[in-house]
Amino acid sequence: MDRIPILKMGDALLITIQVDMHDRLALALEEDLTAKIAATRAKGVLIDISSLEIVDSFIGRMLDNIAAVSRMLDADTVVVGMRPAVAITLVELGLSLTGVKTALNVERGMLLIQKRLRGLGDFSGRRS
Amino acid sequence: MAVVRDDVMPVRSSDDIVRVRQEVRARAIEIGLSLVDQTKIVTAASELARNTLDYGGGGTARLEIVHEGMRRGLRLTFEDEGPGIPDIALALKDGWTSGKGLGLGLSGARRLSNEFTLDSRPGEGTRVTIVRWS
Repeated sequence: MDRIPILKMGDALLITIQVDMHDRLALALEEDLTAKIAATRAKGVLIDISSLEIVDSFIGRMLDNIAAVSRMLDADTVVVGMRPAVAITLVELGLSLTGVKTALNVERGMLLIQKRLRGLGDFSGRRS
Repeated sequence: MAVVRDDVMPVRSSDDIVRVRQEVRARAIEIGLSLVDQTKIVTAASELARNTLDYGGGGTARLEIVHEGMRRGLRLTFEDEGPGIPDIALALKDGWTSGKGLGLGLSGARRLSNEFTLDSRPGEGTRVTIVRWS
């Protein structure tokens, strides 16, 4: 069975979705990702969807699920690289991915995750 | 309205949905839809094909290129012989689902299309037709 590769980049994991997702692949990705978050103690997950020509409610739900599960494992999810036509279509479809952070590209997504990490550092520092 | 091209594809598996999307994209380009409109009709097709598979137990997708006066359109018909939809008004509401989906398939596909027709009889099946004009 096909698997989507998950790469480690500093404190974050990077997933690039390039193929047309189907059910089994989406489920496998959720499982692989949660295992990898636990194993690497990653604090962030970047999902690059710049290759996707469409995002339908199936993929949208998958992105929401991944973000929810990652959050429970203390990792932030940032979806990066959404094409403008996809963004317009998603909103009209009625799916605004409210549970998911987005950034224009991988670089900015990485900055978001690093910002959060630094923010948390300060926060816990002040509290202690 | 003149039909200039007419193809019927099976919708029996997750892979078929991918194939339907690819063919719809090719037809949308052929009739000169803008990139945003291509994306809308392909997304609508994806939602409806998934409904045909998940709720209708599989069926067919019909892809037609139609001409009306100066304008060209892509008409897509998804048909199954599944359990049908008992309450069509309810099924068209955002967020309502009989399954485990988000309940955006029908209502979303309607918003993404210029024309939308839904015929369904409990116990006989469902037919959804959408048109996007260039």
